[in-house]
Amino acid sequence: MMKDMMAGFELFQPADVETALDLLDRYGDRGWRLAGGYDSLDWLKNRGKGPTAVIDLEGIDELRGIRETSDGIEIGALTTLTEVETNGLIQERFSLLADAARHVASPQIRNAGTLGGNLCQDTRCWYYRYGVKCYRAGGNTCYAAAPEAMNREHAVFGASRCVAVTPSDCAPAVVALDAQMVVRNRRGQRVINAADFFMEPSVDIRRMTVLEPEDLLVAIRLPNAWANASFYFEKVADRNVWDFPLVNVAAAFRMDGSTVADARIVCGAVQCIPRRARSAERLVRGQTRSDQVATSAGAAAVQGAEPLAFNQFKVPLMQNLVKRAVQGA
Amino acid sequence: MSDSDLSGFGPAGTTRGLPTAMAAAQAPEIILADARSTSWSRRDFIKGIVASGATVAGLSYFGAGCTTPLPAQTAGGVERLISLDVNGQTRRVDVLPGETLAMTLRYKLGLTGTKLGCDRAECGACTVLIGGVTHYSCSTLTHRVRGREITTVEGLAGPNGELHPVQQAFVAELSPQCGFCTPGQVMAAVALLDRNPNPTREEARVAMSGNLCRCGAYHNYLDGVMRAAREA
Ligand SMILES: Cc1cc2nc3c(=O)[nH]c(=O)nc-3n(C[C@H](O)[C@H](O)[C@H](O)COP(=O)(O)OP(=O)(O)OC[C@H]3O[C@@H](n4cnc5c(N)ncnc54)[C@H](O)[C@@H]3O)c2cc1C
Ligand code: SF4
Ligand code: FES
Ligand code: FES
Repeated sequence: MMKDMMAGFELFQPADVETALDLLDRYGDRGWRLAGGYDSLDWLKNRGKGPTAVIDLEGIDELRGIRETSDGIEIGALTTLTEVETNGLIQERFSLLADAARHVASPQIRNAGTLGGNLCQDTRCWYYRYGVKCYRAGGNTCYAAAPEAMNREHAVFGASRCVAVTPSDCAPAVVALDAQMVVRNRRGQRVINAADFFMEPSVDIRRMTVLEPEDLLVAIRLPNAWANASFYFEKVADRNVWDFPLVNVAAAFRMDGSTVADARIVCGAVQCIPRRARSAERLVRGQTRSDQVATSAGAAAVQGAEPLAFNQFKVPLMQNLVKRAVQGA
Repeated sequence: MSDSDLSGFGPAGTTRGLPTAMAAAQAPEIILADARSTSWSRRDFIKGIVASGATVAGLSYFGAGCTTPLPAQTAGGVERLISLDVNGQTRRVDVLPGETLAMTLRYKLGLTGTKLGCDRAECGACTVLIGGVTHYSCSTLTHRVRGREITTVEGLAGPNGELHPVQQAFVAELSPQCGFCTPGQVMAAVALLDRNPNPTREEARVAMSGNLCRCGAYHNYLDGVMRAAREA
């Protein structure tokens, strides 16, 4: 039980964004943003990370809630996954995200876990989470890519020293919806396209998103451009509850009669960032959603995959998920 | 050097080495609770404190050696002495910044009905209600739930000690086997029936899906939930 005691830190519970930003600025990389805590507390209990100050965002009401804007909806970063799953506005217009949220973890985790935290969460590579000093932890090797390594859950695309994957079920959905991430720090606000929010190891192996230690994700905007499109979400995991995706797919098809005017097909857990299957998207544009088109889209999506010793199954799995997404089956 | 610098963030052993005297200097009365230095058992000590209604202080269970000594108030951080609303009672308690609700409930407030299975949000044994909604208390910082209405399995009994309808239905259906997961299952079922008194079996299955049962008594629990819904 003693390993479950978190090491000491100062706990701050700011009531507004300004105070939180001041604290983040003051503590820099010795500070830790705490949302639902379902990624955070794991790190703190295992003593894999050791912040001096934990900044609990829970009390900041302005970070919560779902609002309609002139060109879509805006979801506060601290909105819980349960709210995302059950909110009428999201269900009506962007059911893809509600579906994705429903597939996360377990009911209790969704009751506290937040959309912002789900998008910012760290990878679940267990070598790294176990606390070994791999590349991502600042060391000089990758334990998961070694020939005898257990890498069933790892990447089939985009490896660059690190072969870890994005574990999030919501991330592919926000990328498919062309969401915008509203980020603030003490110097101001910037808006980042969801597709540019996630970090490739080839650019910075130490973090999963573009956020700097002093940044706060305040909201996620869903533009109406994809409202009420034809959506498809599917997740394959070992168990229906708790388990992270082995592969998931989030897809949106804007239809013009029976032909596809535009498409977004995004897979999670196959790369460090949510992977847009651009060649599959190109293939379906202007087509009707037939079995034949679906089959070619699936095959196109996995072109160039580079599986590791134990995750070869992810290639046909991803292929079939993309195919099913196009079929809408 | 600040106190938090002292704690270090290395392996668990770093903080364990801190001299007991340091903690003792801060809270001299608490050292009595350390089973290694007296004949008191921790359980007796905690029970005594709970019974006396005194504020439950921080270091009793945690043991002086493994706790980072922090001043009662840290610069700008949370105050350690807080009030919790547990099962309709206001409880004053001294809570460390990194303390989880499961720890506070079990080891400071004596509410051991809430179980700790995995301590990693992976089993559901620690499920409690916060504002009527299910949460894993092993993964909730206690400082977050100041002023919130917390309900544990101990808080379900009626005015004359009679079991809650969900508990009665679980008894009637022989739902528990070993019983370790039962308090969590009860809390998940109570929350479900409060918000949806007539669930379908499928709705109940989803609502109960965040609670593992090592004995595999899932169907018996579902039978219990459906009976509770019928009989309520
Ligand atoms: C047993 C278990 C099973 C799980 N299964 C799944 C699953 O199947 N699918 C899935 O998608 N997820 C799963 N998760 C992950 C869980 O959903 C995420 O941990 C949770 O969504 C993270 O959100 P949180 O609010 O708890 O964030 P926290 O844990 O508090 O934060 C996560 C990270 O994001 C940072 N952060 C949080 N909010 C912000 C913000 N507003 N701005 C900047 N940074 C921020 C934190 O500093 C931290 O680094 C699982 C977790 C557990 C424990
Ligand atoms: S996959 Fe990445 S996170 Fe995992 S061991 Fe290799 S470098 Fe570390
Ligand atoms: S002890 Fe909290 S979920 Fe297992
Ligand atoms: S009854 Fe034994 S774990 Fe559920």
